[in-house]
Amino acid sequence: MSWDGRKEAMGLLARADMTLLDHLCQEADLPRETRVVRPPETGLVTLRGRIGGGGSPFNVGEVTVTRASVELDGHIGHAYALGRDRKKALQSAICDALCQDETRREMIEQQILKPLRKAEQEADARRAEETAATKVDFFTMVRGED
Amino acid sequence: MYVAVKGGEKAIANAHRLLADRRRGNRDLPAIGLDQIVEQLALGVDRVMAEGSLYDRELAALALRQARGDMIEAIFLLRAYRTTLSRFGYSRPIETGEMRIERRISATFKDLPGGQLLGPTFDYTHRLLDPSLAGDEAIPEGERISVDDASPPPRVSALLAEEGLVEEDGSVEGDHIADITREPQDYPMGRDGRLQSLARGDEGFLLALAYSTQRGFGRSHPFAGEIRIGEVEVELDVPELDFAVPLGRVRVTECQMINQFKGSAKAPPQFTRGYGLVFGQSERKAMAMALCDRSLRAGELGEETGAPAQDEEFVLSHCDNVQATGFVEHLKLPHYVDFQAELDLVRRMRAVHEAENETAEDQREAAE
Repeated sequence: MSWDGRKEAMGLLARADMTLLDHLCQEADLPRETRVVRPPETGLVTLRGRIGGGGSPFNVGEVTVTRASVELDGHIGHAYALGRDRKKALQSAICDALCQDETRREMIEQQILKPLRKAEQEADARRAEETAATKVDFFTMVRGED
Repeated sequence: MYVAVKGGEKAIANAHRLLADRRRGNRDLPAIGLDQIVEQLALGVDRVMAEGSLYDRELAALALRQARGDMIEAIFLLRAYRTTLSRFGYSRPIETGEMRIERRISATFKDLPGGQLLGPTFDYTHRLLDPSLAGDEAIPEGERISVDDASPPPRVSALLAEEGLVEEDGSVEGDHIADITREPQDYPMGRDGRLQSLARGDEGFLLALAYSTQRGFGRSHPFAGEIRIGEVEVELDVPELDFAVPLGRVRVTECQMINQFKGSAKAPPQFTRGYGLVFGQSERKAMAMALCDRSLRAGELGEETGAPAQDEEFVLSHCDNVQATGFVEHLKLPHYVDFQAELDLVRRMRAVHEAENETAEDQREAAE
């Protein structure tokens, strides 16, 4: 069962800086009485690309991924993220479970997802602006007479 | 006869202890942190990830530190580590057209939509050693210019495709996607398997082969159509969820080479393409990969073959530096018994040779 914003929320959690996520989770005082359905586990995902950028898929290489699942008041929360951070996986899974509880979704949105989204947007904008400053402006030397 | 030899445990243990000592070096100096390696030797970390075929910056930094900066040893460590992990699955193909661009250049069109974005490049530096980097001077942050349109720029290949002047993105027949980590390498290999081999291939080896095609050993008239570096989203289909789970972003380098092609009975004259896709920021490797990909297509495109870079088995079975170093370095291992046998053989051959010479000399003397 998925609510509309679930994929976006899982993406924000997966991409979150672990120091920031840890800080936000502590501030939000998330419930600790969760049942761990699947303890944090690190494995591999084979990353695929496409020939020529848009053609048939091919395998490029592997990435480390850590996943975890928890149960909280009958809601199962899942987490998947690049890297090997087990704590982050557990915290993300708890957030995912809480988001499925309509009464608590807004709390997670305000206290966890919104700050994560803001931090990510700022970091993305910064990178884009730094890249934009390296854009080449060509000018043509006019020679001879018009 | 096989003779088991034991011994050397003490010497080996002491050698490893000495290795650890030398690795740490002068204790008066602070040890390097993995975060420092990740941040300040980022392209070295990227290379270890690319050829180790495992995207994990911290592990690659650990491998580099453990290997004392020896790239191939670090790559070997990463390859060994990956075999200890279980596999969750295959990602959805990444969409490099949706990349968050950090660098994007084209050598084919000056005024392409989206522009030439140089990013953090070594190009146009004068390659003069900078003494100020020996210290820790304050470095200003990058300049920033506000961005109105953050949408990703179109691909150069798509611009050419509008006129039908370039072949389409490559396709492989059938649903099966080759995986060289699971299946033995059989030749001829599909383009999917070839690209997987090249993506983890040794940068130096592929660079030399790419260079050889430029110098005339299997000419393919390339242009760097587009090189882009940036982050892409990775998504995975999992049984417990009804959508592809976003896992985060990885940085990749993509190179689209555009090559001349005079056409054949089946295809009209058009540009053909070579493709490179590498973990991290690794433009040289991506370009070399694209040139090698294209040169390995010579047979498929009905071109003359015979150059080393066009020989699939030669390129693919020698581009893996972990395999290569394993076979070359195994020569260090004890071959005492083998060598005793050879020594005995050479002594006997010498004896026969000398006996024959003596006989020949006797006969010559007798004849005179």
